[in-house]
Amino acid sequence: MDYDFIPFLLSLKLASITTVILLLIGIPIAHWLAFTSSKLKPFIHTLVALPLVLPPSVIGFYFLLLFSPANSVGKFLEDNFNLRLVFSFEGLIIGSVFFGIPFMINPIASSFENCPRSLIEAAYTLGKSKWETIQRVIIPFSKTAIFSATIMTFAHTLGEFGLVLMIGGSIPDKTKLASIAIYQEVEMLHYESAHFQSILILMFSFLLLFSFQITQYKPRKKF
Amino acid sequence: MNKILLKKSLNTKSNTTLDIELEFKDEIIALFGKSGVGKTTILRCIAGLSNPEEGYIEINGSIWFDSINKVNLSPQQRDVGFVFQDYALFPNMNVQDNLKFALKDKNDLPWLERVLESVKMTSFAKRKPDTLSGGEKQRIAFARAILRKPKILLMDEPLSALDYEARLTLQEEILFCQKELQIPILWVSHDKTEIEKVASRIAFIEDGKIVRLE
Repeated sequence: MDYDFIPFLLSLKLASITTVILLLIGIPIAHWLAFTSSKLKPFIHTLVALPLVLPPSVIGFYFLLLFSPANSVGKFLEDNFNLRLVFSFEGLIIGSVFFGIPFMINPIASSFENCPRSLIEAAYTLGKSKWETIQRVIIPFSKTAIFSATIMTFAHTLGEFGLVLMIGGSIPDKTKLASIAIYQEVEMLHYESAHFQSILILMFSFLLLFSFQITQYKPRKKF
Repeated sequence: MNKILLKKSLNTKSNTTLDIELEFKDEIIALFGKSGVGKTTILRCIAGLSNPEEGYIEINGSIWFDSINKVNLSPQQRDVGFVFQDYALFPNMNVQDNLKFALKDKNDLPWLERVLESVKMTSFAKRKPDTLSGGEKQRIAFARAILRKPKILLMDEPLSALDYEARLTLQEEILFCQKELQIPILWVSHDKTEIEKVASRIAFIEDGKIVRLE
């Protein structure tokens, strides 16, 4: 049996990069969604929630079409930036970021919305700018939601299959992630190799979620 | 002298319009009336948290709002201390950090210590707000509001959730601080016993208007 760690490490790399990008863009978007009175809010909220209901293969299919060098966007990227996103790790990142948006943004936006108005106003009357209020009041208030959204986004990206198969294919050491490797090993009846890849994902995901639960655990008070 | 002229429609079922005219010195003015008559809105307009449709706000010689000349300072630019009804203490910060957050000069720790001592909360400095009683929270909220040495102190039902003893203590502390800082205090209340002892004048508010000032 072949103990190939690379698909698992590629999955970890993709999940880490995706989570960092989503944290950076997710918090400002969540803040906008929570506090805007713009008429565009329902439209942006729908866009953010869309990946939740679409089959990953549908998103993958449209990304494949969009990034294909045969189409204008893909051709533009290749001609001007020498960047080909189909069947590349960079393409996987973009697809995963899009797919992970609701998992990062929805919980953070609802936690921001729950931040009492008086806390924000108290910071303003104490002379604090909007930016300082976000940093020192709103984000700390929502730190559990941000932490939980980060873990869920990471774990979700780690297990993604349909989308990454569509965009990245299965190029060894490049786009062949753990979930794809498992599928292919089973297809070839290499059950031991499939077990190996599956156990890695299973144990890692369990430990990740378990550590999260431990950090959140508060024993109930006995009366 | 301080001057407040405010006109603002209140979002209540009865379509009441807030129409207030008030001049006061460095004294404690109680704004007394039933719920929904616009008392809190007056404080919010002075602090810049709500905007009146028309009006003029001048505190300690500086104009904070003037609808005719289009002056409207942000809450950050107005020098107010605001004691919120729900205390609005930052749950992620302990008592000392809540107060440090309010300091104008981060190095002015002796002043912070003095204020903390004046509300008898020095031993609570490292405690988080959720471990404090209502009275303790209110004293910290009051300490945080005066820490910036504001030009005016606005208090929204500051004693409503406190028991009798806690009320008496805080009333005395507020009186003491008013004398020390020499600033005006606008004190919203719907309970006459809470304000009779401390207020120099009481503005009786009904349907958005001051019907009596004594």
